[in-house]
Amino acid sequence: MTEPRHHPFAQRISRRTFCRRGVAGLSLLAVGSTVSLAESDSADASRYGAVLVDLTRCIGCRACENACLVRQGYPGLPPATFGYGPGDGKLTFKSRTFVDFRDVPTFEGPMRHVPVKRQCMHCLEPACVSVCPVAALEKTPRGSVIWRDDRCIGCRYCLLACPFNVPKYEWNNALTPRVNKCDFCDDRTAAGLLPACVGACPTGALKYGKHTEILQEARARVAAQPKRYVTLFGDHVVGGTSWLYLSDIPVEQLGLPTNLPTLSLPALTWNWLAKVPYIVIGLGLVLSGVFRLRSRKENDG
Amino acid sequence: MAEMDFLLVLFRIFAALAMAGLAVIACWFLEGRQHPRSFSAAVVGWAFLIALWGLGGYAFATRYTLGLGAVTNLTDAFPWGLWKAMVLCGIAFAAGGFLTACMAYVFRIRTFYPILRPIVLAAYLCYTLSASGALIVDLGRYYKIWMPIVSWQHRSVLFEVSWCVMLYTCVLTVEFAPIVLQKLGWHRLERFVHAITVPFVICGVVLSTVHQSSLGSLFLIVPQKLLPLWYSPFIPVFFFISALVSGFAMAIFVSALAFWIFRRPLDPKVLTALAKGMTPFLMLYLFLRIVDLTARNAWVDVFAYPLQGFSFTVEMALLTLPLFVLLKTRWSGRRRWAFAAAIPVILGVILNRLNVAWIGLLPATGSHYFPSWIEIVITLNLLSFGLVIFGLAARYLPLFEHSSTRARESSTSVAVAGEVHHAAT
Repeated sequence: MTEPRHHPFAQRISRRTFCRRGVAGLSLLAVGSTVSLAESDSADASRYGAVLVDLTRCIGCRACENACLVRQGYPGLPPATFGYGPGDGKLTFKSRTFVDFRDVPTFEGPMRHVPVKRQCMHCLEPACVSVCPVAALEKTPRGSVIWRDDRCIGCRYCLLACPFNVPKYEWNNALTPRVNKCDFCDDRTAAGLLPACVGACPTGALKYGKHTEILQEARARVAAQPKRYVTLFGDHVVGGTSWLYLSDIPVEQLGLPTNLPTLSLPALTWNWLAKVPYIVIGLGLVLSGVFRLRSRKENDG
Repeated sequence: MAEMDFLLVLFRIFAALAMAGLAVIACWFLEGRQHPRSFSAAVVGWAFLIALWGLGGYAFATRYTLGLGAVTNLTDAFPWGLWKAMVLCGIAFAAGGFLTACMAYVFRIRTFYPILRPIVLAAYLCYTLSASGALIVDLGRYYKIWMPIVSWQHRSVLFEVSWCVMLYTCVLTVEFAPIVLQKLGWHRLERFVHAITVPFVICGVVLSTVHQSSLGSLFLIVPQKLLPLWYSPFIPVFFFISALVSGFAMAIFVSALAFWIFRRPLDPKVLTALAKGMTPFLMLYLFLRIVDLTARNAWVDVFAYPLQGFSFTVEMALLTLPLFVLLKTRWSGRRRWAFAAAIPVILGVILNRLNVAWIGLLPATGSHYFPSWIEIVITLNLLSFGLVIFGLAARYLPLFEHSSTRARESSTSVAVAGEVHHAAT
């Protein structure tokens, strides 16, 4: 029979030292998290680029789609499909943008074929950027949400989290599958050029500018013709987007999502994530205390 | 191209044969001389494992040569499938590891000393195979799985989860190391590991609390996709409490099964104590879920979506029915009933994770995802790896040394953090 012996750990440093060191470590962690919280909120939306899509001025020529394909290095749209007719009707790994042709019923009888250009909305607070565990998606100072090849690990959380189902995955690449999404022509806007699609638009349906100006412009157009513009999409949805849609057709008939909250999606996560340092400190202290009490009792008894 | 295809087929067949061969070797080592079984039972078991690993070799080879698109039913609309769900299920199941360690090392409850080693091993296998293993299959660029270490994004839940899982795997290594070190006879190193165990356990409990709840937080960002039956602003709390419940149930399940299969005596008090511990957390979980569902008026979805409503009903039934056993002291005081109550609880928590990561996401994403046979075979393979490694460890490592009877017999064995000495005195 051997004597009950003290816990080996307790013999080396006193519990007080242990608790002290623990508290010091944990507070360091908490301070670190608070500091990084402050820096991450410093994004400046007023410097972001934005596009106003006035669907009443769109003729559905798909020049934007063509320009986007050409910029990506693909051959443009074949001439036969240029102009009319719905294309693939969805975003794919190749097409970062497409013109969705919506059948909208009219009072006169025949359906109206309404073109709706779709692409990444470049949210002011993008869900994809907030969920990416390796910062492979980032929002540049120009407001473009871009994907970085060198960091991506292929977890596909961005595909799940995106409220507009924008990022597309290269499923059949076994070694280096990529995520493809509209990058707002970040290299072009950095050089002072227009995004390719905006530059290609022949009717002025797409207008590029600073976010605050574009939002003002959109609201001014609605104010000027409030009966005509029944839809302004993107000013509030998921905390606001860099692409704003104006239309004379109700939003639910345009194929744009209507079930999204108006608050920023990353905030939903951050409200919990920001509490983690407190859980770490609190639980660490409680458990250290419990261990101290219990092992003292053990040694006494 | 034709030659290339032919080579790929050859490679897959080679992988299948290699894995089948590995299965034969595993069976050889698993089949000890101590417990002779009937010939037919052994052959059925062997044949099943060899067939499963053979198929697995084919599946792994296909996945790594053709990519995710060719072997899974995942789409852009439904990017997370069975393997991601397996990560959630495996980590929920592994909660027994931190829970038992917390009760034994921090709360110093001696009742749980004997079951500590099998449970820590089971949790270790869950984390390495079900979490890291499934991720290495699931990630498109699996060879970059270490990327969160260097490329930080502190606002991402997945970043936090990956760090917690990495660190907690280290904690589990420290908790598990004495078993191997004792076998190797490296007693000085073993004593050193004992000395640092308690702070590591405390870190492990903190890390587990954080990442078990954060696995729920992963879905906070999809309010428009996850059905209100499971989407709740309090989903991290639910994930944490259900992980505690699942941890108790897993501890009952693993210890009962391990001690029974490997014919070691186990104090019946251990199982009933665990069942007693599980009851309040299970009641709390169900109470909070019901309050939450009622407050958000989510019950209507039970009838609005047939599949989801059915799955939800089964989940709730699996978690509610054991309460009838657990609350009746005449039954809960018997280990057979404690074991019987643990199984539906485990299944209920696993179904909850499947509902959150799979079934609850189907209606809003408009997809009809069902895993392909390769996804299922790889999942079964990862599970069988865990079982085989557990079996080998039980056979060749001092996995049941904590048990008081063994400690009495072998007074020469080195003390394991003092527990054995306590048990002996």
